[in-house]
Amino acid sequence: MSNIALKVNGKMHALDVDPATPLLYILRNDLGLKGPHFGCGLGQCGLCTVIINGVATRSCITPASAVKGEVTTLEGIAKDGKLHPLQQAWIDEQVPQCGFCQNGQIMTAKALLDKNPHPTDAQIREGMNRTLCRCMTYYRVQAAIKRAAKMMADAPAASQKEVVA
Amino acid sequence: MTTFTKVPKHVEEELEKSSLTPSRRNFLKSAGLLVVSFSAAGTDTLIPRANAQTSAGSQGAGPYHDPDFRQLDSWIVIHEDSTATFYVGKTDCGQGTGTSFRQLMSDELDIAYDKTTCIMGSTDITVDQGGSGGSTAMERDAWPMRRAAAEARSVLLEMGSTRFDVPVDQLAVNAGVITVKADPSKSVTYGQLIGGKRFNVELTGKDINAITGVAKVKPVQEHKIVGQSPQRYDIPAKVDGSLKWAVDVSLPGMVHARNVKPPVAGAKLVSIDESSVRSLPGFIKVVSKGNYVAVVCEREEQAIKAARQLKVNWEKPATAPFPSSEDLFQYMRGAAPTSSSKPILVGDPDAGFASAAKVIEADYDVPFQGHTAISPAHAMADPSNGQMTVYSNDMKSYGMRRGVATFLNIPQDQVRVVWMEGPQGFGRTAADDAGCEAAYIAKEIGRPVRMQWMRDEETAWDTKAPAFAVKLRGGLDAQGNLVAYDYNALAADYNHLGYNEPDTVLIAQLMGMRRATPASGSAATPSEMYAIPHRRMASQVVSLPLIWETPVRTGNLRDPNGPQSTFAAESFIDELAAAANADPFEFRMKLLTASTDDDRTFRRARSIACLKAAADTYGWDRRPSPKARGTGEILTGRGLAYAFRNNTVIAEIAEVEVNRRTGHVWVKRLVCAHDCGLVVNPMSMRHTIECAMLHSLSRTLHEEVQFDTEKVTSVDWNSSPTLTHADTPERIDVVLVNGDPNPNRPDLAPYGGGEAACKPMLAAVANAIFDATGVRLHRVPFRPARVLAALQTARV
Repeated sequence: MSNIALKVNGKMHALDVDPATPLLYILRNDLGLKGPHFGCGLGQCGLCTVIINGVATRSCITPASAVKGEVTTLEGIAKDGKLHPLQQAWIDEQVPQCGFCQNGQIMTAKALLDKNPHPTDAQIREGMNRTLCRCMTYYRVQAAIKRAAKMMADAPAASQKEVVA
Repeated sequence: MTTFTKVPKHVEEELEKSSLTPSRRNFLKSAGLLVVSFSAAGTDTLIPRANAQTSAGSQGAGPYHDPDFRQLDSWIVIHEDSTATFYVGKTDCGQGTGTSFRQLMSDELDIAYDKTTCIMGSTDITVDQGGSGGSTAMERDAWPMRRAAAEARSVLLEMGSTRFDVPVDQLAVNAGVITVKADPSKSVTYGQLIGGKRFNVELTGKDINAITGVAKVKPVQEHKIVGQSPQRYDIPAKVDGSLKWAVDVSLPGMVHARNVKPPVAGAKLVSIDESSVRSLPGFIKVVSKGNYVAVVCEREEQAIKAARQLKVNWEKPATAPFPSSEDLFQYMRGAAPTSSSKPILVGDPDAGFASAAKVIEADYDVPFQGHTAISPAHAMADPSNGQMTVYSNDMKSYGMRRGVATFLNIPQDQVRVVWMEGPQGFGRTAADDAGCEAAYIAKEIGRPVRMQWMRDEETAWDTKAPAFAVKLRGGLDAQGNLVAYDYNALAADYNHLGYNEPDTVLIAQLMGMRRATPASGSAATPSEMYAIPHRRMASQVVSLPLIWETPVRTGNLRDPNGPQSTFAAESFIDELAAAANADPFEFRMKLLTASTDDDRTFRRARSIACLKAAADTYGWDRRPSPKARGTGEILTGRGLAYAFRNNTVIAEIAEVEVNRRTGHVWVKRLVCAHDCGLVVNPMSMRHTIECAMLHSLSRTLHEEVQFDTEKVTSVDWNSSPTLTHADTPERIDVVLVNGDPNPNRPDLAPYGGGEAACKPMLAAVANAIFDATGVRLHRVPFRPARVLAALQTARV
């Protein structure tokens, strides 16, 4: 055990844990942030995705000691009580079936749009490709990403200013 | 285990916090249903026809009694603010059935949809409808809900009649408000009439599916909410991270458990060296009995580490538990069947083949395919005070309750299963393992236990769809008519798993429990309405050498056996069409329009309607397959397949691009014409159909359980690939055909919609690849190496 300091969704946390502990278990079990899910523990499926320094990161294979920068989870992307455009687009398109993987879909899509606000269909397929869904909601996930990109482009410039996590 | 005293406070608090059961217990308490009797004075006299005597029943001393499905109060509660809560004994695997139940019940009750909520599948507060499975939600299980809601409306109208002293037929009801037609100033809300009080109305019927009151359900034409597409109520909490899933339950004093599986199927435990993990931080205990081994630690990552580090000596079995997956089909064809179905005979097949001008035959193979849920099995069990509460995503939570009680040998009324959402398992959670494991360990150590399987464990040891080897023979006359047909299926399905029976869950098997007679398993025959004068269809089941404690164990995977049998049957119809030099659509239409009197539930007429709708939507160009082969690297083609599942009819068309250099197949476009009768929520139905098609497309292109002669070797998403974003079709069209030939029939019934669209996909893609390349693929999945090898053999 040792002391680990983590900044998550704008809050600082001091934790006494084994520094090799995967970030996923700290988020879920110590900080009560249940947005990221366990799917494989191998970094293959994307269910555990969080954003660190703007990069979609698989928290199941990220040791706590390796985290350099602020962590944003699904719970942290709504602003001022308003859903992130991706979350709204997910509702508008009625994307989820069971919904268990959608943390990975939404967080990976957010990192994608933060870097590339106007992705082509091919860029969406490529950018999302290793983010798995066994209900096979891919068709609507892709539609929702395009819808969110349009919502963000159409929104007043002021609301687009967002701190990159 | 201690004798039960009372439900611990923290367990009740946990349930109060759960977003899935927000108000039930509060209501039960306030209405006197849970703790003390509530004065219902005034209500009984308003319900003249009701039997107001609550059936006491014979209940044990435990805290968790079965809700009485004959009591209207078990289904519907109306609150003082005129909102209503519906309690149904179903679970939602991710297809939005709860929203549809609310629509159906709101319409019958005459209440606004947004004034209702739906509570599902927790054994102590919802009646036992068995949970989910078999696409029965709308087709069977919505009926008692609708009749209960219709009865509630009728009772409320009678209460209104008494209040205003006018006959019921002089009252109007809309959105939970009853008004006197002649004097609209006289009105009363449902909440004012009965809010927070019991109906005390007894329903009748021999079982839960038959329960009914006096009132009739509304004809389809009077539906206002059914047929609309309100957004699914469960989705917002799934995208903002606020939903509390079964994996999220956190209890004081809880610990984490992980299994240690035998490294080889059928291995026997020799010894455990507990000293290999005793010094690890957080280590609590190794739990073991028979060949079952698990470790328990304070923290999750500690349990993972300890399970990996624990030294266990295993003895390999003397004989191989199964052939390798490479040799599977050869093994199946040489194995003595464990059972054979009685052949279905039409006409005189031998004479039909003797008269045929041309006879063709083909074999089709479908390997074992896993459920491979996106997240592995899990459950939390709390043994406090001698009761046992299991928090689980088990789709058949009622079965799990019975299974846990039997397995642990404790009274059923001391066990409850709280159903919460989880990863869709396509039937995996009908034979869930984690619930019994968590409960066993919790009972052993006396603390709440969270059991979580790991990825390699789940992919290797989850339940599998049976492998099929099908032989087909067909005879065409000189005019190209199909006159003789012979179908023979072999399914490796012996000892097919049941629903949480304690002798079928893995922990019980590993502890040595055996069912006296293993389930016989089943194969399947084609589901189509073709008129073929001479036909024989037969199926047999074969067994792998090892049937207990094996990772290659079969259970119901979404539309069990349907994709396998339909891959063979509808691929072969295409082979026959090609042999007859006929267009695949026209060849099928000719078989469907041949004269016959057999058309129960209009399946033949609806089959014709679906095929036409699919062809029209796609823009099907009528010509024989294959088309003239292109010269470029990418070859394109289209394929059609059709089937029914129970009363639901589906026709699907796939358009493919085949890369002749790499063997890669991309299904660029999909069309599905789908007739499941009355559609309650069209948007939700379309989405379910899209996803079912893509799930089956994943089985078509990627999925295969691979194993050597000791163990499963496909254990993660690299070795057990699934459909990805890059595989997704560019366009998907879903046509809801619904009810042809008479869409305005008032009794138009909803049929199953959760699985049917899985069925034709494998054959539709195979037929499209044939159309594009002229190469017929007889074995799924169509991974690039297999496709490329077939193309090279055919010199494409």
